[in-house]
Amino acid sequence: MVSLEEGGFAIFLVLLAFACLIVAGKTFDQVMAFHAGIGALVAAVSVFWIFKNYFDDGGEPIPQEIDGKPNYNMGPVKFGSVAAMVWGLAGFTVGLVIALQLAFPALNFDLPWTNFGRMRPLHTSAVIFAFGGNVLLATSMYVVQRTSRVRMPGKILPWFVIVGYNVFIVVAGTGYLLGATQSKEYAEPEWYADLWLTIVWVCYLLLFLGTLWKRKEPHIYVANWFYLAFIVTIAMLHITNNLTIPVSVYSTKSYIVWSGVQDAMVQWWYGHNAVGFFLTAGFLAIMYYFIPKRADRPVYSYRLSIVHFWALIFIYIWAGPHHLHYTALPQWASTLGATFSIILWMPSWGGMINGLMTLSGAWDKLRTDPVLRMMVVSVAFYGMSTFEGPLMSLRSVNSLSHYTDWTIGHVHSGALGWVGYISFGALYCLIPWLWNKKNLYSLRLVDWHFWLSTIGIVLYITSMWVSGIMQGLMWRAYDQLGFLEYSFVETVEAMHPFYIIRALGGALFLLGAVIMAYNLWMTVRHGEAEEAEATPAGSLAPAE
Amino acid sequence: MNETYTAVAAFAQTWGLIYFMILFGVILAYALWPKNREKFDDAAKIPFRED
Repeated sequence: MVSLEEGGFAIFLVLLAFACLIVAGKTFDQVMAFHAGIGALVAAVSVFWIFKNYFDDGGEPIPQEIDGKPNYNMGPVKFGSVAAMVWGLAGFTVGLVIALQLAFPALNFDLPWTNFGRMRPLHTSAVIFAFGGNVLLATSMYVVQRTSRVRMPGKILPWFVIVGYNVFIVVAGTGYLLGATQSKEYAEPEWYADLWLTIVWVCYLLLFLGTLWKRKEPHIYVANWFYLAFIVTIAMLHITNNLTIPVSVYSTKSYIVWSGVQDAMVQWWYGHNAVGFFLTAGFLAIMYYFIPKRADRPVYSYRLSIVHFWALIFIYIWAGPHHLHYTALPQWASTLGATFSIILWMPSWGGMINGLMTLSGAWDKLRTDPVLRMMVVSVAFYGMSTFEGPLMSLRSVNSLSHYTDWTIGHVHSGALGWVGYISFGALYCLIPWLWNKKNLYSLRLVDWHFWLSTIGIVLYITSMWVSGIMQGLMWRAYDQLGFLEYSFVETVEAMHPFYIIRALGGALFLLGAVIMAYNLWMTVRHGEAEEAEATPAGSLAPAE
Repeated sequence: MNETYTAVAAFAQTWGLIYFMILFGVILAYALWPKNREKFDDAAKIPFRED
């Protein structure tokens, strides 16, 4: 008997496929026709897959437990981990290309599709949403199952979430290159992609809550709190910032319901909380699970983690207006944003200390385990960029730093250092666990990855500091007659060497990621299999 | 318009502050309450208790 879930998804996807076909047939908008075509194809293949799966396993319900142990659902986790690595390589490559375009503009080849304006959102979305998003989806599904000691609910639902999310990525990314954008930073996808993501995201929330609902462990581990905050807040932000009205269902173009400064405020409320809840809360969840696991000791202070959690989520949500100093936004609002940004020093550093001190008594592991080293350096970068951020949110500092490369450097110390390294660390842990391997193919290669990309990050952020501060100072330099000392193009010319250094840093970071992909591939293909019975569950290694 | 702003600002600057302080106090008390210590020490070990 087909279950309600299978039948429901099948009917929904059949209807979706037909709707997409109608749109594809009637539209004059070529991008819409292309995307509706993708939608129809994926929906049709998914329906086929649901039924093929049903006939293959004879409609037998999946056992919740095997031999008294939870029968974890790791298929979607594997899919997400592989997708993360693939999208990561793509996103880093596009980043390198646009870094080189800034140094050598001829590299845009004078084609509309490879123009900086289209490639830049492709890069940001690929690294944040495609790479980071898949890491978050995969690790959250892993962590919530393991710490609840229960299988995720549903047979189709987890696959719908992970595949549906990646379909969103494809539609968003190809849309940028073809010129479909609503021009909101980090929220560029047009209305139909947004609508699709909303459906996927609500299913993700239900999946996560459903797993917690079934849990065998009475207490909800702190990592799950951070994941939950990430899921709930992203839903709220995404919906509010994408309240658009399409020109017609056959058009990719839409208009936002907010206008003027309210629109700017909503956008940066969204933008900063994408940093706070996507790139921070979600990855803090990874920190709270994977660092203790890898270091083989519990988190330094569980009580601090509770204060960390509540303080972080209550304060972050107010910090957005600091993106709008010296604009039409009332000054009190941007002052409020800056004030909350300064208060954020406390929870950010509390969390950093909690992550770092987890290693107390086991610091020697940094010498022998490059994966743990990567995660610890990640937390150090987290501390550094969360110190720099509030500083830059102050009006006086912002007047120098805003619109310059300093901002780009700041973002990348957080993105490459914190988000990148904690994700790499998590994937280096996760891949051997998922494929039942004893360890990674080569720790030496992890070492190479670590050092190459660390040098890359240092080159990146230092060149952007110098370039950004120089740019800011040149813009505000006056001669003795009160005229601007430099024309704009002179500032651009002065930045050229720093753009080359930055591209070199990016190239090293990409090279590290290529080594990582090779290492993970070899781990899956040739890694030594884990023995059937590992150390008894619950045993802690003594401090060495 | 201006009065609306003044009223909202006055409300936020007093009651908003009090609300946040009380909330923070409650969180601190919950986290540091001696009776909860055992529960939290135990919760910290959850990642190592898996099957």
